[in-house]
Amino acid sequence: MHASIILLLPFFSALVILLGHRQLKGAAVLISVGSSVISFIACVALLAVADDKDNNIKLLLPFLDVGHFHANIDVLIDKQSRGMMFIVSFIGMLVHLFSLGYMKDDDAKPRFFGSLSLFMFSMTGIVLAGNLIMMFIFWELVGLSSYLLIGHWYQKASAAEACKKAFLTNRIGDFGFMIGILLLFGANGGNVNLDDLATAFSSGPLRPDAPGYSAGFTAAAALCIFLGAVGKSAQFPLHVWLPDAMEGPTPVSALIHAATMVAAGVYMLVRVSFLIEASPLAAEIIAGIGCFTALLAALMATQQNDIKRVLAYSTLSQLGYMVMAVGAVAMHVQHGHELHGPNPGHPAMFHLYTHAFFKALLFLGSGAIIYACHHEQDIWKMGGLRKHMPVTFYTFAIGTAALMGLPYITSGFYSKEGVLGAAYDSGCSILFHGTALTALLTSFYMTRLVIVAFFGKPRTESAHHATEVPMIMLLPLVVLAVFSIFSAWDGFATPLQALKPAHEPPHDTVLAASILAFLIGTGGAIYLYRGKDKDPVNIKLFANKFYFDEIYAVIIRICQDRLAWIVTALERIFVDGLIARLPTAIVARLGAATRMLQGGHLQGYTFLLGSGVIAVVYLVVFVLPRMGH
Amino acid sequence: MPPLLFYFFALITLGFGFLVVTGRNPVTCALALAASFVGLAALFLSLDAYFIAVIQILVYAGAVMVLFLFIIMLLDIKTEEGKKLNLPAIVSGVLLAVLLALQIIAVAGSTPLAQKSTQGSPLALADAAGKIGKAALPTITNDLKAGELPDAKLIGFTLFDQYGFHLQVIGLLLLVGTIGVVVLSKRERSAP
Amino acid sequence: MITLGHYLVVSGMLFALGLAGVIARRNIIIVYMCLEMMLSAANLALVGFSRFHLVNGLPDYTAQSLVFFTITVAAAEVAVGLAIIVALFRSKQSVDVESVTKLQG
Repeated sequence: MHASIILLLPFFSALVILLGHRQLKGAAVLISVGSSVISFIACVALLAVADDKDNNIKLLLPFLDVGHFHANIDVLIDKQSRGMMFIVSFIGMLVHLFSLGYMKDDDAKPRFFGSLSLFMFSMTGIVLAGNLIMMFIFWELVGLSSYLLIGHWYQKASAAEACKKAFLTNRIGDFGFMIGILLLFGANGGNVNLDDLATAFSSGPLRPDAPGYSAGFTAAAALCIFLGAVGKSAQFPLHVWLPDAMEGPTPVSALIHAATMVAAGVYMLVRVSFLIEASPLAAEIIAGIGCFTALLAALMATQQNDIKRVLAYSTLSQLGYMVMAVGAVAMHVQHGHELHGPNPGHPAMFHLYTHAFFKALLFLGSGAIIYACHHEQDIWKMGGLRKHMPVTFYTFAIGTAALMGLPYITSGFYSKEGVLGAAYDSGCSILFHGTALTALLTSFYMTRLVIVAFFGKPRTESAHHATEVPMIMLLPLVVLAVFSIFSAWDGFATPLQALKPAHEPPHDTVLAASILAFLIGTGGAIYLYRGKDKDPVNIKLFANKFYFDEIYAVIIRICQDRLAWIVTALERIFVDGLIARLPTAIVARLGAATRMLQGGHLQGYTFLLGSGVIAVVYLVVFVLPRMGH
Repeated sequence: MPPLLFYFFALITLGFGFLVVTGRNPVTCALALAASFVGLAALFLSLDAYFIAVIQILVYAGAVMVLFLFIIMLLDIKTEEGKKLNLPAIVSGVLLAVLLALQIIAVAGSTPLAQKSTQGSPLALADAAGKIGKAALPTITNDLKAGELPDAKLIGFTLFDQYGFHLQVIGLLLLVGTIGVVVLSKRERSAP
Repeated sequence: MITLGHYLVVSGMLFALGLAGVIARRNIIIVYMCLEMMLSAANLALVGFSRFHLVNGLPDYTAQSLVFFTITVAAAEVAVGLAIIVALFRSKQSVDVESVTKLQG
């Protein structure tokens, strides 16, 4: 029952706003915010509901029922989905409240809030999905909402380009996802229910010692489904859309591109972890890509000058962490170790949980700064904001500390330790070293950001006149700051169903590595950037994002344009020419020829008549008798 | 009829017919057609179809051809000047005509039916009086017994006895034709 | 001896002449006249058959009735046809067959 409310309320809110936004005007905003608050209350109530082990999946609506094919809207309520639901609804509600202030002067508020409601609906669908087809439907819907929200200021050319890029890149990932689903669909006899798939992999037709088992098939299915996560969670090579997605309003960046939508990929991977654990090859590839993305993004972040871009790359990097953790845990399980304890947590989900809070905090904080500096986003045009905006500064600092993993105090430390531990346990030393290096770089660029934006003297007029933002925008910041510190504590984590890995003595290497990375990164940044007015380090490769966008543009131009040319030629010759134009030409010629018979010429008709008579007489009188009639 | 007369009248019919087809002046063609019809009427006579022969002269040569002449005079159609000959049409027309004529000659020459002659199938007038059944009106039987063929009366009887309805329809047709002609010939009055 | 065949041949040649005239001539009125010639040829054939197909010793008057009707219809048709030609002449100022081209193409 709770699930229906959480799922349908944003849907109806979006529908009402869609249909009546002209009449509603300002009220549309309230509808959307109200629906998010009610959903949040329902989610909190859901947390208290006990787990029903045998009947996890409850059918809501038999959506498609065609012969043997069933696609249902059903919900899977277990620990993972309840925890994730809390994050989604909580941060969603905070973002709605923040947007009330941030989008105050915007012209298209109803459209914005309607899209936000649509997003909440789709994200809820993904989280609660009980089968892969339903998840795919809502997956696509989330992509659509992201398109609408990134392109909210579509009059700006860069925003229009960005939302198109996001959607297209997501589509590539979704294509792989769909193929993966189809593979599983075929292998499991038409049933992609998550519970049934898990059973199939552990004891059913898809288990390793089953007669029809094929390692290649399992790896292919796992990798195809992983492609979906690559698109949605912006892993390499489909990471190019996330930085450009910062063209959307900052609350959108906070909600979608930090806390929830991009985390959907990780969520989905943990949901199908039985699949990844079944294929060693896939697990290694997933871990490798995750680690590579994390490192790549961290390098690119060290040279960005737009505050939102820095945070975007930071998100990319943390997502890489999570994906790597998924792969690493799978590798760990494949090596024969079970996840510990009666209630096994998952490092990736735990990091997702803590990351959601402090990343949303950082984005909302940057939104406050941008708002206060009159929509200025270049950090080298800020400065000295510590004195002008104290509350913002302190909350932002707490968020930064959590992201960097300030030892023992912040939640980020525990979750990052979990990730590093997973990398260490996987047995692959490259993973561990890459992750540690990324942690170092994370500390470095975040400290750089804080020093340049908040310390020193104001570098421009707007920074000089910046004042603290209104209360409606400060409140979410404070709440999220509290969560950034305390969310890793058991008092918070257990009721919030955070899938925290069970407490075990931390590996000394891991602990040493994380503390060391933190110290070196922070120290280096303070040394390099303290009191500077422009960037002393200038590495073009990082600043230009490793030229990925340019490479893609060239690839598209060379490969896709050539391919398109070939396909067009084939289409013109075969499909169009042979099947459409050739019969048309034949018919036209025949028609023209036949038309000459009916020339409208009287004597022509008479001629034809006479010749017909002669022919018939000839046949009847001379030919037929000879043939025996 | 002696064969000579037959050939004579056949020659008239066909000769004037040829003149119709090849004449330059439309009036020439019309008059030639009238003469051709006269020859045709003579051929009818040779076939003991007296009534039809007279009707042919009266209606065809007398009314229809005169109408043609009226129209030619009315429209004041000049002789076709020396325009370029419509060669494809002429060639195809001649070709078709020759082929058709050949075919008909071949067919007519081969059927046994065509071997009958007037001598071979004489009219049995006296015996017919007793056999004609319903048509045994006094006038007809008297004529038959007298050895004459009451052609008009017999046609009249056939028409009114067997084809009475068709006769009425023909009358209606003529009425409609008259009305049609009147309507078609009206000059368009320009709207005031 | 003159047989039915002779009459049929004459009728056929008359018909062929008419056909040639219809195809070859350019003046509408002359085309029409040749059409009448074709009708008359058919009448000749009918009368011929009527004479040589004896019913009760007398010619078969069914065929001659048909000839009667044919002549009547031909007369009516000529009247109407000439009225049409006159109307055509009024609009085109020409009785050339080539000038009536609206239905061509």
